[in-house]
Amino acid sequence: MPEPLDGNMLAGPLSDVFTVDISTAVGQCASCGTSAPMGETRVYADAPGLVARCVACGEVVLRLVRSDGRAWLDLRGTRCLQLTLPAE
Amino acid sequence: MGIVSPGFSGRRRPGGEKLPPGQYLVTDFPVLSAGPTPRVDTGSWELGVVTETGERHSWDWAAFRALPSEEFTVDLHCVTKWSKLGTRWRGVSLDTLLEQADTSAEYVLARSYGGYTTNLPLEDLLDGRAWIAFEFEGEPLDPEHGGPARLLVPHLYLWKSAKWVQRIDLMNSDEPGFWESLGYHNYGDPWREQRYWGD
Amino acid sequence: MARAAVLGRLSWQVGTVTGIRDEAAGARTLTIELPDWPGHAAGQHVDVRLTAPDGYSAQRSYSIASAPDDREIELTVQRIDDGEVSPYLTQTLERGYPLELRGPIGGWFVWDPARPEPVLLLAGGSGIVPLMSMIRTRTAAGRTTPFRLLYSARSPDTILYAAELAERHLAGNGLTVTYAYTRSASPDSPRPAGRIDAGLLTAAGFTPGYAPGASPGYPPGPAADGWPQDAAPAVFVCGPTGFVEAAARLLVAAGHDPAVIKTERFGPSGG
Repeated sequence: MPEPLDGNMLAGPLSDVFTVDISTAVGQCASCGTSAPMGETRVYADAPGLVARCVACGEVVLRLVRSDGRAWLDLRGTRCLQLTLPAE
Repeated sequence: MGIVSPGFSGRRRPGGEKLPPGQYLVTDFPVLSAGPTPRVDTGSWELGVVTETGERHSWDWAAFRALPSEEFTVDLHCVTKWSKLGTRWRGVSLDTLLEQADTSAEYVLARSYGGYTTNLPLEDLLDGRAWIAFEFEGEPLDPEHGGPARLLVPHLYLWKSAKWVQRIDLMNSDEPGFWESLGYHNYGDPWREQRYWGD
Repeated sequence: MARAAVLGRLSWQVGTVTGIRDEAAGARTLTIELPDWPGHAAGQHVDVRLTAPDGYSAQRSYSIASAPDDREIELTVQRIDDGEVSPYLTQTLERGYPLELRGPIGGWFVWDPARPEPVLLLAGGSGIVPLMSMIRTRTAAGRTTPFRLLYSARSPDTILYAAELAERHLAGNGLTVTYAYTRSASPDSPRPAGRIDAGLLTAAGFTPGYAPGASPGYPPGPAADGWPQDAAPAVFVCGPTGFVEAAARLLVAAGHDPAVIKTERFGPSGG
């Protein structure tokens, strides 16, 4: 049964792409405008790729496909992503 | 490749059967999905075919089930590497469904309840190679496997067999679908191992 | 120590299994020594990767059960009979074997010992694992932050860490534990087996305005001493998806602010 996981699990796969932990980044959904930590998205991880959906409206906020040596990331569903950077 | 884990071989069954490259055999039927399972009851279900000129044909459940259907047994190959052989279905051939459509289109975009899409050349749906399937192993198709009805195109990777199919758009130009726009191969032939862009 | 949300690029490393301990209900705790470990925050997990000689690999996530350490971690793995990874980890792996993993992962479902607010923990089945890391980290950091744990399991013999939890509960330093059983309760349990409900949350001290002894028919909850009534607690819920969703709905209905409830769904099965 494709029951969604929490966006907390995005941190592992997205660590191949980002150097900051994406699960604490705050994303604004491009469909409904709701802002929430990526850790709160509903993630469908069984698919041929990873699909994160907005907890408020259910639309796709992030998609990730990884093969050996390549990754494809679609953030069109996220209008803006606010990341916490380490103190300089 | 990671370090070898002593004593680990995974869940695969040894071949014997001829499988496409990189695939392994399963006996269960894994469920993969990009979102929650759509719940569509047959009372409100509708399947549409829209040609490149905008001409539309649609069937409600009764009309769809009145179309000639056939039983068929095929092998399934998922891009996530599992293959399931000898699966038995009942469905309406796309040859039947597209009989009335007046079209010179070359491409198809299949759309599902829930928003999923996948694209293929129209010719891959014809000549007995594709069905709208509504029964699996003699039982009505379960929602988690795409019921009430799904597209089934067994000669391509299973992501092309759109679950919960709602509409078939016939198009003059090719439009990449949900996975084809994010790295997955535009055509997807398992025997040539066309999983990702550039394969 | 609060960790910045920086990972660098997480790389796989090979640890060595130095300890194996059988837990209840077919679960097993593995102690893994790691050459290059930065420590972790309570609640984080690791990805474990198994590779066959022909290159086939399978990967699963497991919550870290132990308190932070710079040399080793503990994972408690539940055996899923037709799983692909858990049978290997709970039956094939032996002391001295290598195990490849990467982590620590996950900056969102974590408890920082420096934070003052009291904490409510809800565990469903093996969801107790990351919450146990929080409980052990609290002790290791010398904190007495009020903690209440509600642990829902099928029956008394499926409870993980039973002896350790009993000891910590009795230690009287601000942690109280309430058990709820969904399939078969213990003979002296005041409540028949059943899923968590609003009454159970209240009896366990999880709702605002809790009063000790006010819930007949439910297990006795914590004494009210030491629990700061006006502080809004942090809430962590972990377990199978169905449990987490039911618990989160009940907590919000009881008045908790959804923004302070953090959930970790394990999915229908880890495999």
